[in-house]
Amino acid sequence: MDITRRDFLGTTKKLLLLTPAAAAFLAELSGEEAKLDSGYRLADHYWAMSIDIDKCIGCGNCVGACANENGVPAGFYRTWVEQYDVNGWNDERPDVDSPEGGMHGFPDRKAAGKSFFVPKLCNHCEHSPCVQVCPVGATFESPDGLVLVDKDYCLGCRYCVQACPYGCRFIDPQSQVVDKCTFCYHRISQGLTTACCETCPTGARTLADLKNPDDPIHEFLRENSVQVLKPHMATGSKVYYKSLDRSVR
Amino acid sequence: MEPLVHAVEGFMYPNEVELQWSVLIVLYPFITGLVAGAFILASLERVFRVEAVKPTYRLALLTALAFLLVAPLPLQLHLGRPERSFEMFLTPHRSSAMAMFGFVYMWYLMVVLVSEIWLDYRRDIVQLSQTARGPVRWVYKALTLGSSNVSARSLHIDDKVGYYLTIIGIPSAFLLHGYVGFIFGSVKANPWWSTPLMPIVFLFSAMVSGIALVLLLYMLANWLRNQALDMRCVDTMARYLFYTFVIDFSLEMLDLIHRIYEADESFHSLDFMVHTRLYVSQVVLQIGLGTVVPLTLLASTQVARLAERTRKALYVTSGLLTLMGIFAMRWNVVIGGQLFSKSFLGYTTYKLDFASREGLLPSLVLMILPFGILWVLVKLFPPWMSEQKAVGERHGGDH
Amino acid sequence: MKEAGHILRLAALFAIGCAVFLVARHQIVPSGFGKYGHYREGALADNRAHPIKYAGRETCAMCHDEAITALGKGKHAGVGCEACHGPQSAHAVGGGQPKPQLPVALQLCVVCHEANSSKPKGFPQVASKQHYEGGDCKACHPPHQPK
Repeated sequence: MDITRRDFLGTTKKLLLLTPAAAAFLAELSGEEAKLDSGYRLADHYWAMSIDIDKCIGCGNCVGACANENGVPAGFYRTWVEQYDVNGWNDERPDVDSPEGGMHGFPDRKAAGKSFFVPKLCNHCEHSPCVQVCPVGATFESPDGLVLVDKDYCLGCRYCVQACPYGCRFIDPQSQVVDKCTFCYHRISQGLTTACCETCPTGARTLADLKNPDDPIHEFLRENSVQVLKPHMATGSKVYYKSLDRSVR
Repeated sequence: MEPLVHAVEGFMYPNEVELQWSVLIVLYPFITGLVAGAFILASLERVFRVEAVKPTYRLALLTALAFLLVAPLPLQLHLGRPERSFEMFLTPHRSSAMAMFGFVYMWYLMVVLVSEIWLDYRRDIVQLSQTARGPVRWVYKALTLGSSNVSARSLHIDDKVGYYLTIIGIPSAFLLHGYVGFIFGSVKANPWWSTPLMPIVFLFSAMVSGIALVLLLYMLANWLRNQALDMRCVDTMARYLFYTFVIDFSLEMLDLIHRIYEADESFHSLDFMVHTRLYVSQVVLQIGLGTVVPLTLLASTQVARLAERTRKALYVTSGLLTLMGIFAMRWNVVIGGQLFSKSFLGYTTYKLDFASREGLLPSLVLMILPFGILWVLVKLFPPWMSEQKAVGERHGGDH
Repeated sequence: MKEAGHILRLAALFAIGCAVFLVARHQIVPSGFGKYGHYREGALADNRAHPIKYAGRETCAMCHDEAITALGKGKHAGVGCEACHGPQSAHAVGGGQPKPQLPVALQLCVVCHEANSSKPKGFPQVASKQHYEGGDCKACHPPHQPK
């Protein structure tokens, strides 16, 4: 073990050697007064995500990591994975299952036909129907492309839950206000990636910054056949799926 | 959450197994519907000069007020954070139909309903402030706003202002209940709700329920007071009820036929739901007992010459069945819209508790409460105070 | 006009009510509301103020560079450290304490590698109970540099 570097970490001089992300993160965790806004400029980012269905193995790591990282209450899911079993050409009514959101993996269905996993989460829509219907402005689209909830302002009227076509919102039974995926805003604003992308072993899920010209998302969108969920709803969904089958609801 | 899993058939997105909007959200459109309907009936006399329904004018207004006062209560009980509900007044989000609630409600309550009732009753209020005994006298004194002017000219001004308030009140009543229909009709995520017809269907069913309610209350009040019933008034109300109901039924059937014909991606799922989980409330209670039967009974009173007793019995039966049917319609829209999955691959169940915050008990209390308030209002502002003719009225028996 | 005095009193009552409402509203609406849109400006910071549980592989690399180098050479190059070892931000902040418990290979490896007809066909998967009679995976497959 590299003792000298370890010792170095204990002092503030560490900030010179570390990546900005880890530095900000460690500074905050060790109790130093970390200015949350230091270095993070809203106008520099526009967040999205890419999901490659060909790579998802249904391990459920993402669901568990998200629940852990964000304190998601049991029985509710900020992200979940669905297992599809498509029966021949009748792809309007596939067999779908999501036991505990897929958190502990899936049983083998011994599928004869086409079968695959689909991770789902909030799509952080550009023309979000949930934001449109909030009566007080407790949910909103941030300038950096995220749909967030103001938990100190939410009434718990549940209109946004009704308006979301994807079923990604729920009411936190403890606080009785709305909760949903935030793309781990507390992490990505500090240079880390989301908990789900961090723990995905195959790289099926990848956070993307559309405003970053070097981000692999641009090549991803250019080179692949890309789909979004429920495109006919025209929500401006920013979660882009590769190899999303027609049967996916 | 976990105990509900076994109530799921097929596949539902994990977060949509538990229903979001409960019976309280069924109650709210039902109550505001009664308000709008009762007010429209009152305006029939005031603006459209249907003189036959004049005996119910004041009763209709008081009914509207009693129900309007109770209307926000189911919403408050339902909110996750009711103590924050004032935020709708502070920062209403203009793109949200629900944000309209605070202002439309306040406008309708204060500017339309309370003002109109005050103007119509003002002469009686001034008189009561002088003749009443006990602490209630202070209530009347306060309501006079310090003015005891009941000259002919001032009463004429009252009448004119009241007339214009009623004219403003009609579109206000449409707005009060129409926006509720829009709240559902504008949700593109839910195919059971999303249709431009929704506000119109809500409005016409509101008028049906309001007229039926005032009809029943009028008959009840006269029975309790041992008064002779003005049959011309009752027959006219029943006629308007019939016509409005025909339009309402046609609109709902149009929606149904359109759905069946177009058969879009949601149709299979919705069709299955109506045939199974929603069968009793939709087909039996709403369409069968709640619409076809009262329509038939009312039609019979229009085409055949029936004796007064028969007509009264038919009106009471139709009125009660109508109210049940309109309640069932609200139930089928609100609850029905949440029983199926947005994936169109599964269904859940609605578990109605008894004594919880959103259970059956508070719902029953909320339904009975407006009648209690109406009773107090009728005592404070008797609708028949100005009646000179009181045939058969027992002087001690007035309640 | 005198005959309409009562109407004017009613109107005055409404005007006072509106004025009171507007004043109260000005006082109560949270500051910063509407700065970026129809929401409280502070909500952005509120959403960013959460404890971090997963440190991220860059942080692990600060101390465990041999493991990272080994990973880079094998099939698990794209797998994050915490995908197997769980959230370790407490371990990182604590300068190495508390020490994480090593996952049990047979329980952990099957999460990804148990055979399942829904998994992509090219993905390495086995029926673990039949694979070498359910023996310990680490006996043949080093976790940081599997073949």
